[in-house]
Amino acid sequence: MKPILEMRELVKDYPGHRALAGISLSIPQGSFFSLLGPSGCGKTTTLRLVAGFEEPTSGDVLINGEVVNRRKPYERNVSTVFQSYALFPHLSARGNIEFGLRRHGVTEIDSRVEDAIRLVGLIGKEARRPVELSGGERQRVALARSLILAPDVLLLDEPLAALDPKLRKQMRTELKAMQRRVGITFLLVTHDQEEALSMSDQLAVMTEGRIEQIGSPQEVYLHPRTKFVAGFLGAVNWIAGVGIRPEALRLAREAQNHGAKSFPAMVTDLVFLGDCFQVVVRLNSGEEAVAQVHRSSMVFHPGQNVHLCWNPADEITVL
Amino acid sequence: MKRWLAVYAVGFLAFLHLPLLTLAVFSFNSSRFTVWEHFSLEWYRAIFRDPQLMEATWNSIIIAVCATLISTVVGTLCAYGLWKRGSRVLMGTLYLSLVTPEIVTGISLLALFQWIFRWLHWHLGLYTVILAHVAFSIAYVVIVVSARLRTLSRSLEEAAMDLGANEWGAFCYVILPALAPGIVAGALLALTVSFDDYVITSMVAGVDSETLPMVIYAMARRGASPVINAISALVTVFIGILILIFERVREA
Amino acid sequence: MRLRFWFVMPTWVWMTGLFGAPLAIVFGYSFLTRGYYGGVAKPWTLENYQRLFDPLYATILLRSFIMAFAATGLCLLLAFPAALFISRSVKHKNLYLQLVMLPFWTSFLVRTYAWLFLLRDTGLINTALQKLGIIHSPLPLLYNDGAVLLGLVYAYLPFMVLPIYATLERLDPSLPEAAADLGARPWATLLRVIVPLARPGIIAGAVLVFIPCLGAFLTPDLLGGGRTVLVGNLVQNQFTTGRDWPFGSAVSALLMLLVTLLVWEFLRRETEHLS
Repeated sequence: MKPILEMRELVKDYPGHRALAGISLSIPQGSFFSLLGPSGCGKTTTLRLVAGFEEPTSGDVLINGEVVNRRKPYERNVSTVFQSYALFPHLSARGNIEFGLRRHGVTEIDSRVEDAIRLVGLIGKEARRPVELSGGERQRVALARSLILAPDVLLLDEPLAALDPKLRKQMRTELKAMQRRVGITFLLVTHDQEEALSMSDQLAVMTEGRIEQIGSPQEVYLHPRTKFVAGFLGAVNWIAGVGIRPEALRLAREAQNHGAKSFPAMVTDLVFLGDCFQVVVRLNSGEEAVAQVHRSSMVFHPGQNVHLCWNPADEITVL
Repeated sequence: MKRWLAVYAVGFLAFLHLPLLTLAVFSFNSSRFTVWEHFSLEWYRAIFRDPQLMEATWNSIIIAVCATLISTVVGTLCAYGLWKRGSRVLMGTLYLSLVTPEIVTGISLLALFQWIFRWLHWHLGLYTVILAHVAFSIAYVVIVVSARLRTLSRSLEEAAMDLGANEWGAFCYVILPALAPGIVAGALLALTVSFDDYVITSMVAGVDSETLPMVIYAMARRGASPVINAISALVTVFIGILILIFERVREA
Repeated sequence: MRLRFWFVMPTWVWMTGLFGAPLAIVFGYSFLTRGYYGGVAKPWTLENYQRLFDPLYATILLRSFIMAFAATGLCLLLAFPAALFISRSVKHKNLYLQLVMLPFWTSFLVRTYAWLFLLRDTGLINTALQKLGIIHSPLPLLYNDGAVLLGLVYAYLPFMVLPIYATLERLDPSLPEAAADLGARPWATLLRVIVPLARPGIIAGAVLVFIPCLGAFLTPDLLGGGRTVLVGNLVQNQFTTGRDWPFGSAVSALLMLLVTLLVWEFLRRETEHLS
């Protein structure tokens, strides 16, 4: 199947620094794709190149198989949900939502607008101005405004960053469900790995203008290919020559056999996190590790001698 | 679109500046007409040889300096007083004085003076002009000084009083020095406005208290003359310098 | 504290005595009759206000309104692109603003005279056109309504640029981007997003231009040559050669009323808009 969005060796230079050092990506139609990385890694730049707000220094952007490098934003069939939502303050929610349709000269907009309002759950609030809406409601307007145009790709720039934490979790499920329902390709940019992992079909981890790894959330989390990816997706312990995540570590009173690796260690610290404990142990080699253990019958205390064990299949080997 | 805007901007600025530049250029033209003959300073020399012009200029300077001194003092005190406690009526009155058409201000002051003169048997003169100029300059000074005051922290005064100064002392030793650039800026603005005024001045000036704008106006009414070009160029440069200083001081 | 009182007292005195009292006197005069040798005399009458409805004077008032409207409209059309350009420029914003304000800071008389110099029969424009062979006898560019309109626009153009610029400066840059993203071509973005959002600046500029234009005296006097009589000229005339102070007072009172209403309405909308 032809990918809906392709990037070939995209390079973007600004005076003084290189924002993108050669990005290549192929995104299948109907998928939820995320670009994950720390600030300054170039993910927003990539998004702006796809939207058409900037032109690449070299390389190509292809939408539906066509090279669109030189095309203006209003000539591309992609739509952006801005981080600040960029709602037009002088228009009502309805006015914002129908803006794009009117610019495209569509005449029968009323029914489509009603559908869009229903899709994002804003019935009864469409006459309100953005200033009269809550943060979450504004985001829905932004989504409706873009989705109503049935773009080939919907670009989302850190859409959940402006929401408070509780609302964020709720919106994650809603966004994912919405994407499945409308079937439009979503390209999401975020620095929050939980967001990327929970919503994406595929994700690309970026740093310093390059892509480090592309894969499904499970692939990238369980089998990171570089130290950076391993560390960015979650906590990692680098001990005994391998990487192992805290939740894959177990603490036992005696050495374990049955194929598990087992090292004697001493508990040095204990942190209670509510749903689990974080136990810091020191191996005989002097290396330290953090294990995440659930509340169990075993009670740990500093100075206690334990055995640190894990399944070799959970090890992370990087290039 | 960006290119068109830039082209437009150039044309726009040209529209704003070319008329004045043309005036200045032709003030150096030896011919009376708008055909270039040769470079000449004779029109400038004519200015200094005209006693009426010289006297009018001198009057303008006296009026401007006196009016500025008074309005700056009065305006600064007022700005400070309003900063401590606002008065919507006073602010409204000051704004109204700015918005009132000059001709109305002029005739109303004329009416006032004539009414008073019925009893006092005085006449219009330099002093009536000065009084009038102060009346419309105060608002400008208050606005400029108030803007400066807003950048000051209120705790400055409290600190001064905490250290032993009374209200007047706090004003003199702490607020005034901090306010100095704003006061100078306000004074320069008042000076400019006073020097340039025609409408109000013409209504309240006496027979022997002609000002430079009045002379320029009379000459312009008779038709254009290169002498006016020369005067205009000089006045523009003079006011331009004042404004440059005003900008510098205001940002200090 | 009593000290505060002394600070504002001189201003109160000056404003009352040299601004409020004169206006009150003029208001009073508007109800009197013209005196034998000029000035005012009893009886009290409403005749002056009745005369305002006379077609001759009503026309003058109407023409003043139209002229002020025209000047404001032209200023708006000319100033908006300039303000837009300055708000979008990256490097020299302050320089451009100063360049725009610079002519304003020169003498008003000089600026008005400049057009007298340019537009007269032997002025630069006519001379240039004749030299180029485009015309053979000078065009009557001066001493008409067009010249007055030009003079007014030239004088008050900077007043329109600044408020519009200030509003455009504060515009969220992602809004025009969003408009383009949704399919609006540059003109559509300008007309449907930027201009509506610049409305507060446009209104402020319009008020700042309309009010002085309504009460203009010097421009119609010098550039209109007696043929263009606006309200300001009418007032001045009644107090000098016309020698009809009561009538002039009535016209002034009307002018003051209009101006005060306009400012009141504007301020009311501003505070309403802010809250």
